[in-house]
Amino acid sequence: MSAGPYTLAAAAAALDEGATTSVALTGQCLDRIDQGNDALRAFLRVDRAAAEEAAAAADARRANGQPRGPLDGVPVAVKDNIVDVTGPTTAGSRILEGYTSPFDATVVHKLRAAGAVVVGKTNLDEFGMGSSTEHSAYGGTTNPWDKSRTPGGSSGGSAAAVAATQCYGALGTDTGGSVRQPAAFCGVAGLKPSYGRVSRFGAVAFASSLDQVGPFARDVKGCAHLLAALAGPDGRDATSSHAPVEDYAAACDQDRPLKVGVVREYQNQDGCDDDVLAAQHKAEQTLREAGATVVEVSLPHAHLAVPTYYIAATAEASSNLARYDGVRYGPRRGEEGGLESLYRKTRGELFGPEVKRRILLGTYVLSTGYYDAYYLRAQKVRTLIRRDYDQAFADVDVLLTPVAPTAAFGIGEKTDDPVKMYLSDVFTIGVSLAGVCGLSVNVAFTDAGLPLGVQLVGPAMGEASILRAGTLVEQGVNLLEKRPQGT
Amino acid sequence: MSVHHDYETVIGLECHVQLQTASKLFSPARNRYGDAPNENVDVVDAGLPGVLPVPNRRAVEFAVRLGLALGCDIHLTNVFARKHYFYPDLPKGYQISQFARPICTGGSVTIETDQGEREVRLTRIHIEEDAGKTLHRPGETASFCDYNRAGTPLLEVVSEPDLFSADEAMAYYKALREVVVHLGICDGNLQEGSMRADANVSVRKKGSGALGQRTETKNLNSIRFLGQAIEAEAHRQVVELSAGGTIKAQTRLWDADKKESRVMREKEEADDYRYFPDPDLPPVVLTAADLATIESGMSELPRARRARYQDTLGLAPEAAATLCADLALAEYFEQAAAGHKNPVSVANWILNDLSRLMGERRTDDDEGGFSAATVGIPPAAIAGLVTLIDDKVISSTIAKKVFAELAADPGLRPADIVEAKGWRVQRDEGALRALIDEIVAQNPDQVAQYKAGKDKLFAFFVGQVMKRTKGQADPADVRRLLQAALS
Repeated sequence: MSAGPYTLAAAAAALDEGATTSVALTGQCLDRIDQGNDALRAFLRVDRAAAEEAAAAADARRANGQPRGPLDGVPVAVKDNIVDVTGPTTAGSRILEGYTSPFDATVVHKLRAAGAVVVGKTNLDEFGMGSSTEHSAYGGTTNPWDKSRTPGGSSGGSAAAVAATQCYGALGTDTGGSVRQPAAFCGVAGLKPSYGRVSRFGAVAFASSLDQVGPFARDVKGCAHLLAALAGPDGRDATSSHAPVEDYAAACDQDRPLKVGVVREYQNQDGCDDDVLAAQHKAEQTLREAGATVVEVSLPHAHLAVPTYYIAATAEASSNLARYDGVRYGPRRGEEGGLESLYRKTRGELFGPEVKRRILLGTYVLSTGYYDAYYLRAQKVRTLIRRDYDQAFADVDVLLTPVAPTAAFGIGEKTDDPVKMYLSDVFTIGVSLAGVCGLSVNVAFTDAGLPLGVQLVGPAMGEASILRAGTLVEQGVNLLEKRPQGT
Repeated sequence: MSVHHDYETVIGLECHVQLQTASKLFSPARNRYGDAPNENVDVVDAGLPGVLPVPNRRAVEFAVRLGLALGCDIHLTNVFARKHYFYPDLPKGYQISQFARPICTGGSVTIETDQGEREVRLTRIHIEEDAGKTLHRPGETASFCDYNRAGTPLLEVVSEPDLFSADEAMAYYKALREVVVHLGICDGNLQEGSMRADANVSVRKKGSGALGQRTETKNLNSIRFLGQAIEAEAHRQVVELSAGGTIKAQTRLWDADKKESRVMREKEEADDYRYFPDPDLPPVVLTAADLATIESGMSELPRARRARYQDTLGLAPEAAATLCADLALAEYFEQAAAGHKNPVSVANWILNDLSRLMGERRTDDDEGGFSAATVGIPPAAIAGLVTLIDDKVISSTIAKKVFAELAADPGLRPADIVEAKGWRVQRDEGALRALIDEIVAQNPDQVAQYKAGKDKLFAFFVGQVMKRTKGQADPADVRRLLQAALS
């Protein structure tokens, strides 16, 4: 099999020039899934027939001179906590096994409208709760660069699928880093849009005030093409923003003055590998060489982000997951014992341990007598964290930070220690709490050949700035054609 | 029953008012009673994975109308909260309601009591969504859920413990019903559950200022049941206390067939609802200008309208009350009486002849109320008819015949009917005098008796004249000329 294009932009260009067809590209992706999925488990569902049909339709549009845009005919994947009508959506949980949604998520609808070919649904930590995809009820995904390691999470299936060219773009969801961290672990680009930039309608809720759907591609430009298709207000999501949608693909190539802030509080972060710091210095150097100025900024409440997040997110999760009771859809257990038994057994047997842990935590922090001390205080700290970012962006255009304290960690390395797992989100969580946007870009590889990323953070609705900064880093490090072995 | 005289009953009511919006509170599904089970259920109402609520501003507007009508403080920033509990008729595992910041606080409902009018203070009015219904069919082990009602907008109107008898509670409920129906926010149909009340009842020794332990009796869906349930509960409490017992905090359920209540749950086991602001719903913010617009579009309240009919238009209290009890009837009267010299007579025609016609022509669609379309006769015709009488163009006897013509053909004008039929009052005094002389001559016995002091025979002569003139003589003229002829 020929390697073919590796980036989304290259695939789109090849389609545009007639160098390949969507049927050919889609067929290659489906074949790679067939060959690789036993080892990688990036996909929970593969829609060969629907994909081939959509690819043929895209080719027909191009043949008629009426392509819908750069995504027309491009094979993409969708995280399995985003609903679609083609087949089951499990959210990585036994409690939704076999559940098929009667409607498409707004983002799926928009992808299809842009002509993208959906090849299947990708693996994830159950309900997006995890940082390694090991908490999938259907078995974890492995990292295409090293099969003994995790791809990160919770959108590990989407990141791994893009890295392994099983698709050219993918959707993930990011609540505290679930797009950005697996992007870094798998050596691809991943964007968490500003809160409200992309509709959440049809994304299975984990923590409503933090969840955002975000794109993956090997290249920053690919993310920009996907964001352009996804962004904008939605009448079915009251939290979606009416802020104007910019030309994100053009923004990647538009020269603009960039003042970059590096965060003082992250300089001596505990447990941060030297490789990660070196990768950040490399990105900083690259941006300077491209003409950016780099200054130090402060996020004084950065150290409070992880505890604040694990109160706010679990509180919302405990509420959002109350609907999974076996009454209306999904599998059911214990109904022979009456209503109480139905609830206890369905939820007790079909939720995984990490989900139960978070429901319990969230229930606790919302309970009478604890609400003020936990939930309410977390909301106040969240306001302080948001102000930190506002102040930083009064001074700089983007922030440059690590994505995670380490490169991809080994399978099983952190599953016994949830707190250790939670702390690996330290650099991404503040961005989610503040509702601003963050882009993870591959900048280097460890000596062992594991990808390392950096995070570029922009203000709310400031996606154009981070896409430009990300493009500069990507061009400077020139690693886009490096691919995992055997893909 | 002597012990009862030592006690007084104290009642606070929580009334749920179902709003007659076209769609539900947070979904586009139709808000309608009586359809086949699960006909009006959107994916949002079913609580499917990935769905989001979008607030119905019309429901918020309805809440403002009620708040303005009852003199409440109206809060411009409206936060929705989630109230959690598990039950099969609650699809999301939480109900969206308002908690810390209800839309209205304060205000009052005016009730009529034996001692005259009294203000019953309100604690709050908040907006919430209704749950579905669980159906238990006899002979079947399984239960069924109908989610047509799930997501229907409700206002919960909570009174202070300002009611001191079942009669007062019923008067309050009637007054509240009258207000919401007149505001056009609720159809007031108690059989269909458009209003439901929970009664908080306690008793205390007369003269005691402190409130006794209360119980809550739920789901009272008629004024009669409300009265019966309060009577029964107050009686139960007095008997219990008189026997040296204590009242426990309980939620009780009224059995309308057995006319008794039973314990639903002890309050000590009350759920912790874990309220927190719904992160899917940004606050619904109203402006002072919004309130002004809503107020300008509101119809006059029944009490104010009644007062105006009595004080300005001179109607008798009973006539004013009857007209105001039916908004359609009151509006018909307003149109007929607009600018009219004799609103009292207009009201009498509407309440007598027109209402009788309505009774004859009533259809199933009229649901017991007045309908201008059903009676057919336009308000201007009634006004014209009264003017013809007042201007002495026709007699009241002829007026009845004109009304019958109008009933047969509502397109006609009263003046045209009178002209066409030649029904004008006879004004030729010479002819009338000649006729009277003739009648006097033809009835010598009656004349003799009359002159001997049998005054009642005067009416006989009037009748004879009216009969011979086919009612077209002016009765005043007839009386004057008769008196002259008989003296």
